[in-house]
Amino acid sequence: MRQCSHNNGSVTIARPDERLALALLAPAIFAMTFLIVLPIGWNLAIAVQRVTLMSLRDGNLLNPFEMEFTLRNFTRVMGRNDFWPLVLRTFVYATLGAGLATLVGLWAALVMHRPFFGRSIVRGLLFVPYVVPLIAATFLWRTILAPQYGTVNAWLGVLFGTSRIDFLGARSFDVEIFGFSFALPMALTMVILFEVWRYFPFAYLFILARLQAVPKSLEEAAILDGATISQRFRYVIAPELKGVLLLVFLIRFMSSFNEFSNIYLLTGGSGGTEVVSVQMYQWLVGRGDPGAAAALSLVLAAVLAVTITLYFQLAMRGRTAL
Amino acid sequence: MNRSAFEDTFFRLFKVASIIGFVIVTGFPLLYMIALSFKPISSLLLNPANPFPAPDEITIASYRQVLTPLSQGGAGFLGFMANSLILTSATVAVVIVLGVLGGYAAGRLRFRGRGAINFLIIVVYLFPGILIAVPMFIILTQAGLRPSLTGAVIVYVAIALPLSLFVLRNYLESIPNEIDDAALVDGASRLQIVRFITVPLAMPAIAAVAIYVFVAIWDEFLFALLILVERRDLWTVTLGIQQLNDLNGSPETVLMAGCVVITLPVVLAFVFAQRFLVDGLASGGVKE
Repeated sequence: MRQCSHNNGSVTIARPDERLALALLAPAIFAMTFLIVLPIGWNLAIAVQRVTLMSLRDGNLLNPFEMEFTLRNFTRVMGRNDFWPLVLRTFVYATLGAGLATLVGLWAALVMHRPFFGRSIVRGLLFVPYVVPLIAATFLWRTILAPQYGTVNAWLGVLFGTSRIDFLGARSFDVEIFGFSFALPMALTMVILFEVWRYFPFAYLFILARLQAVPKSLEEAAILDGATISQRFRYVIAPELKGVLLLVFLIRFMSSFNEFSNIYLLTGGSGGTEVVSVQMYQWLVGRGDPGAAAALSLVLAAVLAVTITLYFQLAMRGRTAL
Repeated sequence: MNRSAFEDTFFRLFKVASIIGFVIVTGFPLLYMIALSFKPISSLLLNPANPFPAPDEITIASYRQVLTPLSQGGAGFLGFMANSLILTSATVAVVIVLGVLGGYAAGRLRFRGRGAINFLIIVVYLFPGILIAVPMFIILTQAGLRPSLTGAVIVYVAIALPLSLFVLRNYLESIPNEIDDAALVDGASRLQIVRFITVPLAMPAIAAVAIYVFVAIWDEFLFALLILVERRDLWTVTLGIQQLNDLNGSPETVLMAGCVVITLPVVLAFVFAQRFLVDGLASGGVKE
């Protein structure tokens, strides 16, 4: 309705609007084009050139029109023995990190949905992991989990007599359940748990908002019909939340797949926690090889492009658009 | 006991246990950080199982160490905080101005290509910063802007602008057009409308974006590492803590004091924002 009345009113000012709009948008478009869109595209050009940090320092400009085309960067990056394990590990990290963060967020939202004594305090606390600066959060974990003077190890030592466990450095630990013993990754599990701890409040926030939009009458009707709590969740609440759960998962997946800082600050990429972005940093800075780093970043871009497409399809289909 | 009664009891207990669990995993680390920052390191080394200082051993030595300038043998956090503050305020200023102007046009004006611009804003918003790491590293190296705060601000604008545009556009789009139309009838120019009507009305969204960008840049690590690591006097708070620990292996208590110090501005920002956001909403001029 507003649309119609506005259209009528603004017919006379349509032309000045056009020029003004472009003038107002020009700085933002300029910045987005030259600082984001072109650089992302430029990755492609860098990936197919021979380029070293040394040549950059000599002021040797990278010109897409004069480049010496080579696929060497790709063969070097993808030819490594650890390339596919690296990609797989990144998928595991992102899927578990995003999935568990979404589930714990759902759990928190269900717990916080109805009032209880002290809810406002708990609500404030729930944001702590998400709001504390990343550097403080990672050093907090490193300090608590430290093998030497870490509190967790001190407690475990008193309670179970275990020796100092290197949570963030050891590659794996042995588990024995029902007589079967097998090894689980240790440091990788810890960085995934960190990701879940840090980002479940984000999921909680979105899911709670959606949960509170579920009409009360739906659940009341189910109660009258004699549905138990688990049945009400299964048949009334869960169908309502499906859309938001999937969207939150996709958003988290996108950022977990590209995660660099969390992992680098917790483990430096050692102990079996190296993911694509960490190796990309190693190529760029450690080995001074921007070409290989750019080639590797195309892996991130490809996965991202698929996820964004999914996200759009989902956002268009459901009315749960964020 | 039938199934329904059983479930009621079970989930009531489960809920209490969950609340206790959530309070512990979120509250304990915070408490731990604060407790350790006031504890003498010798006391922690003696008994690592107890992170809490006894009342008579509470000390601010760690804070003194953190805040003392580098030249006097301290960690020099005031310098890091100054750098971070310069970076965050410059970035916030640029992305708010570009975001309000661009968001006003994209959200409230009618022009050809509006759909394409809005699509661009969303796509760019979804792409993560790490994809510009290699190109920006090269560009800034060649331009002689690495290491420099200017180079960092350029990258941070690139990281924060999509969010600013996305949020402000959405918010501005939701303000009724009648307000602009009324002002146009009264003879105001579009720029006057933006300055005197749109900006005050959009204050809650502007504050939200400013806080979010402030926290994001205050917290940023990858590009600080890529751009600023070579010059110690340009380190940000994030880089400062990480480098000091990696180079010197600071004692845990000093690290935690550093963490408390860099967390405080973020907490203050949120407290400040809360008041601001409520005020902004309360003084809004639209009553439907």
